Amino acid sequence: MPETSEVHLAVALDGAGWHPAAWRAACARAADLFTAGYWTDLAREAEAGELDFLTIEDSLGLQRPRRCDPRVGDCSDHVRGRLDAVLTAARIAPLTTHIGLVPTAVTTHTEPFHLSTAIATLDYVSEGRAGWRPRIAPSPAEAGHFGRREFPPLTVGNVTDPDIAAHLSDLFDEAADAVEVVRRLWDSWEDDAAIRDVPTGRFVDRDKLHYIDFDGRWFSVRGPSITPRPPQGQPVVASLAHGDVPYRFAARASDVVFVTPASAEQAVQIVAAVRTAENYPERPRPSLLVYADLAVFIDEAPGAAAARKRRLDDLDGAEFTTDCAIFAGTPAELADLLLGWREAGLDGFRLRPGALPHDLQQITRALVPELRRRGAFRAGYAERTLRERLGLPRPASRYQIGAA
Amino acid sequence: MTKQVILGAHFPGVNNHTVWTDPAAGSQIAFSSFAHLARTAEAGLFDFFFLAEGLRLREQRGKIHDLDVVGRPNTMTVLAAVAAVTEHLGLAGTIQATYNEPYEIARQFGTLDHLSGGRAAWNVVTSPDAFTGENFRRGGYLDRGDRYVRAAEFVQACRELWESWGSDAIAADPARGEFVRPGAGRGRFDYRTENFGISGHFTVPRSPQVHPVILQAGDSDGGREFAAHSADGIFTRHSTYDAGRAFYADVKARLARYGRSPESLKVLPGASFVLGDTAAEAEERGRYIRRQQVSPQTAILMLEQVWNADLSSFDADGPLPPFDPDPEAPSIIQGRARMYDDPVAVARKWRALAEEKNLSIRDLIIEVTGRQTFTGTPASVAAEINRSVQDDACDGFILVPHLIPAGLDEFVATVVPLLQERGVFRTSYAAGVTLRDRLGLGPARPGAAWAAARREHVDA
Repeated sequence: MPETSEVHLAVALDGAGWHPAAWRAACARAADLFTAGYWTDLAREAEAGELDFLTIEDSLGLQRPRRCDPRVGDCSDHVRGRLDAVLTAARIAPLTTHIGLVPTAVTTHTEPFHLSTAIATLDYVSEGRAGWRPRIAPSPAEAGHFGRREFPPLTVGNVTDPDIAAHLSDLFDEAADAVEVVRRLWDSWEDDAAIRDVPTGRFVDRDKLHYIDFDGRWFSVRGPSITPRPPQGQPVVASLAHGDVPYRFAARASDVVFVTPASAEQAVQIVAAVRTAENYPERPRPSLLVYADLAVFIDEAPGAAAARKRRLDDLDGAEFTTDCAIFAGTPAELADLLLGWREAGLDGFRLRPGALPHDLQQITRALVPELRRRGAFRAGYAERTLRERLGLPRPASRYQIGAA
Repeated sequence: MTKQVILGAHFPGVNNHTVWTDPAAGSQIAFSSFAHLARTAEAGLFDFFFLAEGLRLREQRGKIHDLDVVGRPNTMTVLAAVAAVTEHLGLAGTIQATYNEPYEIARQFGTLDHLSGGRAAWNVVTSPDAFTGENFRRGGYLDRGDRYVRAAEFVQACRELWESWGSDAIAADPARGEFVRPGAGRGRFDYRTENFGISGHFTVPRSPQVHPVILQAGDSDGGREFAAHSADGIFTRHSTYDAGRAFYADVKARLARYGRSPESLKVLPGASFVLGDTAAEAEERGRYIRRQQVSPQTAILMLEQVWNADLSSFDADGPLPPFDPDPEAPSIIQGRARMYDDPVAVARKWRALAEEKNLSIRDLIIEVTGRQTFTGTPASVAAEINRSVQDDACDGFILVPHLIPAGLDEFVATVVPLLQERGVFRTSYAAGVTLRDRLGLGPARPGAAWAAARREHVDA
């Protein structure tokens, strides 16, 4: 990222927002969650605020809110159901022009080959704005949807058991292999492989198409891709990480890492831990960009956001908790917080709107102007691709002769 | 009763039919090309846009095939984007039942159906080949005979997933605090067959069509039977009038034993076309296009596909090989379906034809492989299309232009109005209509009914 005083902002979209009762908020469009119009409107709002990129959550299983115990109730007061995030991003792409599109896609039960062509295609249909957030699917419920592997039961209490820790570590290793395959396939066509040479009758120069010959513990993939090298060469890979194992995964696989500090002090420690993980000897890319996740409830009037969050908590019958810090306050207070935390060495923030579209609109229409007044947010979209916006150079294909 | 013509628009494929040497040939991968063809098809009130798929680059003699257009997008991803630039057009994607799992594919088609307002269609194909399998963790592991069994079970699994949410499951009622209606089906499934053992919860609520339209591509006996017991439409190579009538009668006759009416399965041949102001001009343009499609290098390669041998030392402007193919030799082509059942007979026929008409290798290949399905004036092409449909040689055509992205422009401008004049093609899209409705398929037949009919006959 270039040396500037500017804060980088991304937004994390999920259902009606991150609060479990967000779909019951006054602003909510609960009946529209499975329509293209809903997602397009959110993307356009994020783009109007000139945010770096949006992410879309996904999973290969049904949402199970923390409070919801299916043995007790049937969870009918929570949003359940979701659409495929990569396809949702592709549906948005032709209707936006600047914002980066970073859908989540699972590596555990899926084919790296399909993931590679899907994200490459997202890069084509968005003309260079694609990213991908790989994630693992450790639960036996999701494994049961595929019927090919048996996974041990997973609870909040047993994640530190040695067997479970090994299971999770294996899935991160598998995910790292999946990202490696995806990246090799993106490079498997050199940029100028299509030559359209009439005298020799050749459409492609086959010397510029490459077998990737990946052979790992979980799969082997021959290549080359069926999809030519995407506009960015390597679309942006971003992963969420809460500890050393996923930090190491990010260091091996990602360009951007989303972290979850509870405070500015903890952000310092986390950034240090990420940098330590980055000393992984094989990291071939520029330093990881570190974005802190923050769930946000924003209103102009002092106390209004906290009161709104409390009302949602009351509706839900429990105080909202999530895996990242939660902010409720005014745009100016949030600007203070972001500029303060940034001193920990963070490159940017991924904000998780508590309720959609309200808290997204507060980001784009109140927070962004506030940051701009302080000279901490750029004016306008200057760059064409997501990589450019993040200050990441466009790498040559690793298979190109003379490539670094 | 006058039948209405169904029209699909096939994005040009990765084969020599697609001309890339023409000055008008555009990118095969830029989204603008997909948007152009889809918008043209929608301007022409077509039923659907169609994408093929191949999951490994073709090889011949152990080398990546370099003479044809190559390189294409992920089918589902590009269709989701095309949904954003069209409003009524159906979106048909070819997706393998071999290198995928039902949960993922059901999710993707369910999502596409939501994001397009009920316009999704799935062309189910199967491939048992280990060559393509080298790109996948599953590998290539299917016996040829097993592939339609897996495909039928795969489609059935998807139908159960698509139905797993009740039609009224999403309440989204903040006053009552009910996002999902209590007690309504919300994705629970349990599917156990020979090929699959899956259970749990599906993530995508019921979509507008419930089941996307299911197409099947494959003319073999197994493929026809699969279409009869599992599909809404069949994409066939039998595009000529006589072959079409025989195929149509055969396929439609298979439906009754699965409790289906003849109208419930649409027969849709792939068809190429060339237009001209006069018949002679169309013929001339047709010859020009075929020469573009069959370069000297392509002619030798296509000859090799019959002879199954390295013929690179032959001159495309010279005579055919004097020897017969060796049918026992291992196949030199990988990544596409076997094209000739009896290569020795084909070779002898070609040699006789070449001697009789004094044809070079390239002339011969152009003669035997290149001819367009329809060649003529817009009026004659419209008449031929209509005759095939009215006489039950098919229910419509999936048109395959030879140029990206503008290959359909002229057809839409000149032939579509003539079909409309005949009263056999719509003059506007009805609003709020799903692809299933537009094709006259009616509401989705419940998965249990599909399964019961298939089980009854297959087990009998």
